[in-house]
Amino acid sequence: MKHTISVLVENHFGAFDRIATLFSGKGFNLTSISIGETEIHDISRMTVVTEGDNQILDQIIKQLNRLIDTIKVVDLTAAYHVQRELALIKISLSKGSMEQVKNINDIFRGNIVDITNNSITIEITGPPDKIDAAVNVLMPFGVIEMARSGIVALTRGEQTKKTIKNNSSESIKKKSQLIKEPK
Amino acid sequence: MKNKEQIMTGAEIFFECLRREKVEHIFGFPGGAVLKLYEKLYDIDYLQHILVRHEQGAVHAAEGYAKASGKTGVVLVTSGPGATNTVTGIADAYMDSVPIVVFTGQVPSHLIGNDAFQEADIVGITRPITKHNFLVRSIEDLALTIRKAFYIASSGRPGPVLVDLPKDVINSKCEFIYPDNMEIRGYKPTIKGHINQIKKAAEAIANAKRPLLYVGGGVIMSGGSRELALFARENKLPVTMTLQGLGAFPGTDELSLGMLGMHGSYWANQAVDNCDVLVSLGARFDDRVTGNVDTFAKNAYKIHVDIDPTCIDKNVIVDIPIIGDVKNILVEMTAEMPKAPDIQDWWHQINEWKDECPMQYEDNDGRLRTEYVIEKISEKTNGNAVIVTDVGQHQMWTAQYYKYNFPRSNITSGGLGTMGFSVPASIGVSFAIKGRPIFSISGDGGFQMNIQELITAAAYKVPVIFVIINNSFLGMVRQWQEMFHGEKYSFTDLSASNPDFVKVGQAFGIESFSTDNPKEVESLLDKALAVKDRPVLIEFKVVKDDLVFPMVPSGGSISEMMVKRINSKRMTLL
Repeated sequence: MKHTISVLVENHFGAFDRIATLFSGKGFNLTSISIGETEIHDISRMTVVTEGDNQILDQIIKQLNRLIDTIKVVDLTAAYHVQRELALIKISLSKGSMEQVKNINDIFRGNIVDITNNSITIEITGPPDKIDAAVNVLMPFGVIEMARSGIVALTRGEQTKKTIKNNSSESIKKKSQLIKEPK
Repeated sequence: MKNKEQIMTGAEIFFECLRREKVEHIFGFPGGAVLKLYEKLYDIDYLQHILVRHEQGAVHAAEGYAKASGKTGVVLVTSGPGATNTVTGIADAYMDSVPIVVFTGQVPSHLIGNDAFQEADIVGITRPITKHNFLVRSIEDLALTIRKAFYIASSGRPGPVLVDLPKDVINSKCEFIYPDNMEIRGYKPTIKGHINQIKKAAEAIANAKRPLLYVGGGVIMSGGSRELALFARENKLPVTMTLQGLGAFPGTDELSLGMLGMHGSYWANQAVDNCDVLVSLGARFDDRVTGNVDTFAKNAYKIHVDIDPTCIDKNVIVDIPIIGDVKNILVEMTAEMPKAPDIQDWWHQINEWKDECPMQYEDNDGRLRTEYVIEKISEKTNGNAVIVTDVGQHQMWTAQYYKYNFPRSNITSGGLGTMGFSVPASIGVSFAIKGRPIFSISGDGGFQMNIQELITAAAYKVPVIFVIINNSFLGMVRQWQEMFHGEKYSFTDLSASNPDFVKVGQAFGIESFSTDNPKEVESLLDKALAVKDRPVLIEFKVVKDDLVFPMVPSGGSISEMMVKRINSKRMTLL
């Protein structure tokens, strides 16, 4: 089963590499990984999609927690959460295909971000299965190239937010004041 | 919080930090990128620098020092090859959870990534084999980074930490601030065990019919040997130990079953196979212990005490995990025991196994055997020596036949199995331990892997007795070749190429002896033990083709041990 794991990590060089090294070194499956800034300036959020049975998942979470650079690890799969991925898809245009591609784009609520005489690039955002569906439909038109961002995810609503807040954000803020990192 | 603030150079800050971390010894080797540090070191009298002859030796020495003393071992080497030479030692320390801090020089910041002279990305190289590592990017980070490094290395489950120091950082200046309190937001080891879990465990042990304590190196690291002895003796519990756990509980105690696992005692392994409650204390269910995990203690209710959550359910699924410091947990568990378990029948059974298949070796043909040598060392030192072994057959025989009385007396490379460990590690031990005999025991193969450190031993006049168990073979590999690889002794026969070890010792200025006569063993040991102010070397030429028994073949079930040579053709050769 696929699991989406959200990891808060120190925003400094090497942290990303540590996590990537962990996955390759321990032979854990890594479907997608994305990283970006959070509301706290020195913390990044990594969203990792991985696969494995319960024992492996348990190990992945423990091993992630064990890294000094990770601050909080949450398996979002069981929690009520929202996840999104963005894809840029470049499709070759032939006679009459423009209209059809535009229709498909509308159905998937995508945006056309670039167009030439021979190609059209559309941007589709959504859960990964929606993107899979769009790609499947667009494939026959001739996909020239494609880029997918990997998944980003957050828990939904107040309830889960509160527990995360108590366990991480608040205490993280406190902790970040405690230990002053010299610039 | 702060001492009087003052402007200091990077090198001054470095040594001031070491002084505050109460570092008394560092093992190192100078080079271009750390010249400034060595310049400062020249005038420093509050710590001793021990010059090794190869950086791998420095790391093993620091490991030996740390394992024997419980303090953090410190290494200082230069960039590039100096740094990469430490890699095996760091991996060894990582596998065996040894607290060391390795400082490596680095090319100046502006040259990093340029393939500069003696540049290596040591932080990248050592990332998977360190507990954590740092590249110090500015002088302002230096003091805090060193503070963090010592804190991380020595707390929780200990391990190696590497700090990479670019030359320009060491050469620049800044205000010195050393934080008293250390808190890292992503790192909070659990020390106190969950009381409900402890209660559940105590109850399970009290009601057990066939309980067994399975003790690992964690008990020694936490300083919990006394607490373990109290707990075991109050409840009359049988204790079996892993290779790293030897010494956690006295080997001569009637409750001790000796080592378990691949070359463990028959009765210890039978006890594991038949126990109904298995209590793992600071051990990690390593494959050399468990054999086939599916059949390991298959009917037992398993309790696992460990400070590292990743050890829980990694190899074997357990029933009661308790995360925390094993010493604290043993104290609480002793207090929570409702009653001592009633296990007379169990002891009766264990003693029957002991009689069924005792530890034994052939000793009636007048030829010298390793087991005999180790037995004599054990007798001569009453189990009070610090024994530093290398890797291979002699290591297993030492584990089987040396009866350790104290924790931190058994220093060996367990997890990584690093040949060449013993010679430098024993030198490290000699700077930590005074007044007790120190033995470095190696095979003829492993001895040559860090043979250059003999000059370190001679130069510092360390009172180490270097024992070479010479069977003219890479013995453990030969054993597997004989048993599992069609007797094809591929590249394991050293008899034609081994040096004259007595001459080697003498060339390094070390008094050296050799014998192949069992009758001379005791007198040679007496002679060596009488020397207390310099190293001595003794080569024991032992039977070439002895095998370590009992043995569980790799991946086999530990209930099915091979107890003697099966091949009758080879039996007659003996």
